[in-house]
Formats: sequence, structure tokens, C-alpha cells
Amino acid sequence: MEKDSNITRKVDEFLQIFKRGEEFTKDLIKENERLRFRIAELEESIEKTGSEGRIRLYEDRIKLLEDEINSILDRYKKAEEENKDFAAKYVDVEAENNMLANLYVASYQLHSTLDFNEVLRVVMEIIINLVGAEKFAIFLMDDKTNELLPAASEGLSLNEMPKVKMGEGTIGRVAKEGVSHFTENMTDTATSGINAANPFVCIPLKIKEHVIGVISIYSLFMQKTSFSNIDYELFNLLAGHAATAIFSSRLYTQSERKLTTIQSFLDLLKEKPRR
Amino acid sequence: MLNVLVVEDSPTMRQLIGFAIKRIPGSRVIEATDGVDALKKLSSEKIDIILADINMPIMDGLKLVSLVRNNPSYKSIPIIMITTEGAEEDKNKALAIGANAYLTKPIQTQELMKLVNSFIS
Repeated sequence: MEKDSNITRKVDEFLQIFKRGEEFTKDLIKENERLRFRIAELEESIEKTGSEGRIRLYEDRIKLLEDEINSILDRYKKAEEENKDFAAKYVDVEAENNMLANLYVASYQLHSTLDFNEVLRVVMEIIINLVGAEKFAIFLMDDKTNELLPAASEGLSLNEMPKVKMGEGTIGRVAKEGVSHFTENMTDTATSGINAANPFVCIPLKIKEHVIGVISIYSLFMQKTSFSNIDYELFNLLAGHAATAIFSSRLYTQSERKLTTIQSFLDLLKEKPRR
Repeated sequence: MLNVLVVEDSPTMRQLIGFAIKRIPGSRVIEATDGVDALKKLSSEKIDIILADINMPIMDGLKLVSLVRNNPSYKSIPIIMITTEGAEEDKNKALAIGANAYLTKPIQTQELMKLVNSFIS
């Protein structure tokens, strides 16, 4: 009997322990579910906040890169403008350099000789090679008759060139007034033929205000369609430097000739007493 | 050293071309007054490029070009013709007998330098 009650008690104890175990397991399962739910919630939330953060981060990076691109583009535009500016300046400097080289060579050649014919040849070379004139003539003033006489020509026969009186026609007027003459429309002159008395360009050869002759140009080479700055500078140079070169070479040639005459005369005088 | 033979009867043009060529680093200008003088210079100097006028006394530029092109020692030397003749037929004639390029007067120094540089490179 006592043995039976002992077994019953043990069974009860076991059942109680079992029930507590069951309740504990149920609690554990509930807790487990709750925790799993919470983990899921947290995971979802982490995932949400993570992608948003990354998007924000990317957006910031994109903005930063866009700013950087804009800044680089601005700098590129500025550099490009600067480059264009430099290129334009380079072209100007080159043109200036070309002009100075032409003027230097012209001036150097004009004053490289005291031979009158050589000076005329140099003047003609400059007009042909540096200006690009095809047909032209150089007239020099005859102080005795006050007429302009043709001294040299290119592309035209010197015999066909007229003597021009001071103040007569374009050539005479330029010689009288000492002011260069340029025809506005060069093509008109080219098509209308050549009139020796009316060149389309006429430059006075002046020493200060004294005109010693003129250069008259009738046509240019076919590849030369208009005058540039360098041509006007060359005309200015020719007006002054060609005039002094021609004048001084003429004086030198005359003095050489006189010297030879005087020397011959002196030799003759020296020889006379011997006879 | 780049040896440039300038064949021109006009001292003005020789000086002007010389000015432009000397601006090319390492270049040296050798001058000749006509075709015959140019042939003498070709035999005594090592020439890298020839700049020649067409209208010259004694021997003109066209004759010079044909002689240079027919000589195995010089035939590969580039030749640039510089002349007053602007007509297309003159240009074609010069190119047909062996000139490499053609420049008309009045020359622009930068244009000349550019052309010479194109043959050097």
C-alpha cells in the first residue's frame, strides 16, 4: 500500500515536472517565435536603412562627381579660350615677324650698294618678290625739265612708257602732291587693260618733302588679289628708303664720273710739260 | 643638321628665304644663284631639301629639277619650287617633272616653314 502511494507520488511529481517542462517548452517556443519575428523585423529594417544609405551615398558621390565634371569643364573652356587667344596672338606675332623680315630684307638690300643700276634692280626685286607686282615702272624726276622720266620697268617696254609732266595725270599728281595713290577696286584695273599714265598704285619716292620720282604699279600676279598690311608697310619703306638709296647712288655715280673726268684732266695736265 | 639648298638668282629672295629657314632649329642654309651653281653645291654638300626658283639665268629651276630627279644620288631629295607663276598649268608642270611642292611669290615665311617642316618630319 505504502509502495503504491509512493509510486503514485512519484508519478505525480513526474507529471508535474513534465507539465512544467511542457510549459517551459511552450514558453521557449513562444519566445523563439517572438525573437524570430523581431529578427525578421530588424533584418528588414537594416536592409531598408542600408539601401537608403547606400543610395544617399551614391547620390552624394554623383553630385560630387558632377560638380567635379562641371569644374573640369569650366577649366577646359577657360583653357580652350586661352588657347584660342594664344593661337590668335601666335598668328599675329608670325604675321608681324613676316612683316619685319620683309622690311629688314628690303631695307638691307636697298642700302647694300651705291651702284645706281644695282639700286634700281633691288627696288624692282622688292616690288616683284615682296609686293607681288607683275607690271610696273619706276619714274625719276628730271630737275632740268621738271618731268618724270621712265628709268626702269617690268612687264612693260620702257620705250612705251610716257614722259610725265609734274601735276599731269595720276603719276604727275602723286609726284606733285607727294601722296600715295591706291585704286579702291583692283579688279576693275586688271580687266580694263593698262594705261601707262594711270597706274592703280602710285608711290612717291620722297626725301623728306622732296619727291625724286614715283613707282607706278599696273598689275599684280594672278595669285595676289589684294594688298595686306605688309604691302602698305613696304610701300612706306620704298617711299623713303628707295628714294634715299636711288638719290645717293645717283650722286655717287655722278661724283665717280666727275672724279674720273678730273683725274683724266689732271693726268693730261701732268703729261703736257713732258712734251 | 638640316641642310637646305636655296636656289634663287635674287639676293632679296635668298635673304628672305634664309631668314625663314634659319628659324627651323638645326637648319643650315646653302645658297646657289642658279641651276648650275646648285648642282655644284649638291656635289660638294649633303643636301636634305631644295628650295628653287623657276625663272633663273644660266639654268632654270625646271631643268634643275629634271637633272636632280634623274641622278640616283639626289633623286630622293624633296624639292619645293618658289616662283611668281601662279597659273595651275605652271604648278602642274613643276609637279609633273618631279617637284614635291609649289609656293608662289610673294611668300609667307610661316607657310614656307610649315612646308619645309612637313618634309623633315
